[in-house]
Amino acid sequence: MYPEVKKDLKEQSEITEILEDVGMEKKYSRSSLYKDALRRLKKNKLAMIGLAIIIFLIIIAILAPLVSPYNPIERIKEESSLSPSRAHLFGTDLLGRDIFSRVVYGSRISLEVGIIAVGISVAIGLFFGALAGYFGNVSDVLIMRMADIFFAFPYILGAIVIMTVLGPGLINIFIAIGILGWASFARIFRGSILSIKNKEYIEAARALGASNFRIITKHIFPNAFAPIIVYATMNVGTAIIVEAALSFLGLGVQPPTPAWGKMLSESLNYIDIAPWMMFFPGLAIVITVLGFVLLGDGLRDAFDPRLK
Amino acid sequence: MFYYILKRILQVIPVLIGVTLILFILMYIIPEDPARLILQKGATEQALANLREKMGIDKPLYVQYWRYVSNLARGDLGISYRYRRPVNDILAEHYPNSIRLALVAIVIEVIIGIFAGIISAVKKYSFWDMLVTISTTLAVCIPVFWLGMMFQVAFGLKLGWLPMSGMGDGSIKYYILPAITLASVSTAFVARMTRGSMLEVLSNDYITTAHAKGLSEFRVITKHALKNALIPVVTLIGLDLGALMGGAILTETVFSWPGVGRTIYLAILQRDAPVVIGGTIILVLIFIVMNLIVDILYAWLDPRIRFEQKELNV
Repeated sequence: MYPEVKKDLKEQSEITEILEDVGMEKKYSRSSLYKDALRRLKKNKLAMIGLAIIIFLIIIAILAPLVSPYNPIERIKEESSLSPSRAHLFGTDLLGRDIFSRVVYGSRISLEVGIIAVGISVAIGLFFGALAGYFGNVSDVLIMRMADIFFAFPYILGAIVIMTVLGPGLINIFIAIGILGWASFARIFRGSILSIKNKEYIEAARALGASNFRIITKHIFPNAFAPIIVYATMNVGTAIIVEAALSFLGLGVQPPTPAWGKMLSESLNYIDIAPWMMFFPGLAIVITVLGFVLLGDGLRDAFDPRLK
Repeated sequence: MFYYILKRILQVIPVLIGVTLILFILMYIIPEDPARLILQKGATEQALANLREKMGIDKPLYVQYWRYVSNLARGDLGISYRYRRPVNDILAEHYPNSIRLALVAIVIEVIIGIFAGIISAVKKYSFWDMLVTISTTLAVCIPVFWLGMMFQVAFGLKLGWLPMSGMGDGSIKYYILPAITLASVSTAFVARMTRGSMLEVLSNDYITTAHAKGLSEFRVITKHALKNALIPVVTLIGLDLGALMGGAILTETVFSWPGVGRTIYLAILQRDAPVVIGGTIILVLIFIVMNLIVDILYAWLDPRIRFEQKELNV
């Protein structure tokens, strides 16, 4: 071995020893992009509030039958349009259904749509984004022009058109919102792949003899994925608002299934006699979306502290 | 600059073809038979067949698409299934109302958004900054239709200050609630963007120089900082006209505003595909054209973009 290299290695091992002595070496060797981000995320109070809201809502949605005091679709004629009271926390609607129970059950639809629809967008977006980013050339041009077409539709407008054609229903909402969202994810993923592909650490990995597979899975994916996680989290909030808008326009889940947007449209003609009918479902939407927005903001700051 | 404009215009063409193709296919996979929708129950098979032939819907899909696109190029959006009137006439009646509402919304968005953004950038981390940050975060989370309903209850019903819905005689008091509702999300974006861009500009050396020359704070902000900080904001506002037209469907539905958004909503309920698709095409066209104008404007305001494009082409 060359003497300089020997000297370097010796110095390296000395540094390692010193680091071990002060208890830092372990931290360094184990730390990764995601662990660092998680550490920063935990310190961000607003993001933690967002996460708490989301976890709380998921628990409520799962335990809906236990949490809600009444059957959400049961009509009690004698108890129609009652204002909020101890028996009916959020009051009742015109058909005598308990609004609290309906809001609790409504969380299921909103969360399902938010998570599944965005999941579909992410899956399609990653596939096309990777195709455009890795192979470039013709596939890149074609896919990005396709994305341009989807960008030309304002989100809500596109969803309305697709739902008009497919007809109302939960599965169709997944499809409509899922299909409309893919372009952003494809663009983001392609962008990060392109920017990472030529970074020095990829060259370094290649110089060290890493295989293509290893470079893609160990170096490109983890780094390209961070912006996807951030954008997906924020997008769940958008998807929930779009679902509410679709239900509001009568294009969403069909009655009697309780959905927040639907409850709002049912209350539209009675805001003068029963304002509570519209207050609580709307508040539920705002809180849910806020949860995802706060968590998304926090994730963005955690992954890229420079942006703060 | 000329080549940049030409290139951007050429880029729009495939998007236009794609958009019309997608909308056309969507319109024709609607399971209902348009002839049946128009003639309704009790029509004879012969009458249905005649109408199908007259409308050209018995021809292959590509023939129909070509006919649709060439009609579209001549500005003809077809005939409404329900009203048996040209879609053009129906939309033309309602478009001015929507545009007027959108313009009022943009005025609100510009005044409140930029003002709030400047305050929160200049007084960073103050009470006002906190207030702006919290309200912009909330504004993004509130569905516009719910915000509209809350306004109706608060200002229309409880306080009785403003009319709850409709356009009445068209006086300004009818515009206030729907316009604020429509502008809410965009105002938040403008405020955030102004804040960010203002903070960036304020950290520049020439701002320090301006201060060192002994200029008043007001002068430094309005004369030196604001001009540069507003470039990205101006483009955002341009893009917004298109987005506002999309948001109009919900706002107009809540406020029973006789605009194109509500027309599209009613057409959805009546399964009147030509009106839905025609209205959507116009909205998307406005969106695309605004995008194009903003891109060109941006390249004109900020020469770095033109040069970057040139380098990429080489």
